[in-house]
Amino acid sequence: MSAETTPATAAAHDVSLYDVDNPAPVIEAPRKRTKKTPKTTRTNFELYGWLFMRLSGIVLVVLVLGHLLIQLVLDGGVSKIGFAFVAGRWASPFWQAWDLVMLWLAMLHGANGLRTVINDYAERATTRFWLKNLLYAATVFTVLLGTLVIFTFDPNIR
Amino acid sequence: MPAGTLYRGREGMWSWVAHRVTGVLIFFFLFVHVLDTALVRVSPEAYDDVVATYKTPVVNVMEYGLVAAILFHALNGLRIIAVDFWSKGPRRQKQMLWWVVAIWVVLMGGAFYPVLQHTLRTLFGS
Ligand code: HEM
Ligand code: HEM
Repeated sequence: MSAETTPATAAAHDVSLYDVDNPAPVIEAPRKRTKKTPKTTRTNFELYGWLFMRLSGIVLVVLVLGHLLIQLVLDGGVSKIGFAFVAGRWASPFWQAWDLVMLWLAMLHGANGLRTVINDYAERATTRFWLKNLLYAATVFTVLLGTLVIFTFDPNIR
Repeated sequence: MPAGTLYRGREGMWSWVAHRVTGVLIFFFLFVHVLDTALVRVSPEAYDDVVATYKTPVVNVMEYGLVAAILFHALNGLRIIAVDFWSKGPRRQKQMLWWVVAIWVVLMGGAFYPVLQHTLRTLFGS
């Protein structure tokens, strides 16, 4: 590009590109509220979601890495796992509470993360709608099932 | 996509890609994991049967892969939090990524034998 033809040259020579008959285009501020902005966007949901990802992440470092250490590293790794092992662990309210909090936090953190991923890649509104409904259904189902299992576990099932 | 605008980021973009891929992967694992754990409410045999698949060599190697994914996601997640909340975070984001990678390598090395010992012992004797 030759230097003479760029608008920057006009500015450099102190000649304005715009005048009264030829006004500069108006650039709207990003996300400016207009009359058409729906009311439903006027909450801080995304801010709280953003914050939740970070707070839950910090707690999950302890819960999930601790879980992996117990299940896969200590005491023979995966070899020891079985019904009797689970019965021993869930005899303690401490590990029941650990698993319960881990279940809820990991599922909500993961579901909120997947919601972002769907919003990013599913371009058609109907695809987005159905994928997110599928996600929410799977999340509610998994959280409820996992909670039920922890609370109704019976070591003497047979 | 308009021609010539393909964004090729550097470390920052690739760590973001890896964070996203590992996050989705862990979520799908967790879904299956809660289902298989629910078998403790069916019968001890049903539960022990699925856990037996966790002890096969192929799945055992996949568990090492899961540990790899979670360790990266956890360490890089802490890096993201540091970038967002620590005043010096944004300026040190690249430096912190190399810390993430270094700690990841060390922990993966340390986890190698404990996690894979079941397979190593069944394949190569006692
Ligand atoms: C181990 C501790 C964890 C930490 C420190 C952590 C940290 C984070 C952070 C800070 C974000 C937000 C990224 C952003 O807003 O740009 C995030 C996103 C995400 N996390 Fe985690 N996380 C952890 C565990 C998990 C688990 C267990 C799952 C799956 C159940 C998961 C799935 C996801 C997903 C799917 C995303 C969205 C990724 C994206 O938008 O690109 N994370 N994580
Ligand atoms: C291959 C690696 C893993 C193994 C072998 C494993 C093993 C187990 C076992 C034996 C239990 C039964 C209860 C207990 O002992 O605490 C359990 C429960 C649980 N695990 Fe894992 N785990 C693994 C990875 C993970 C990961 C990565 C997460 C989180 C992202 C996770 C989340 C949970 C949750 C939420 C429960 C409670 C399930 C329920 O409420 O029914 N686990 N796991």
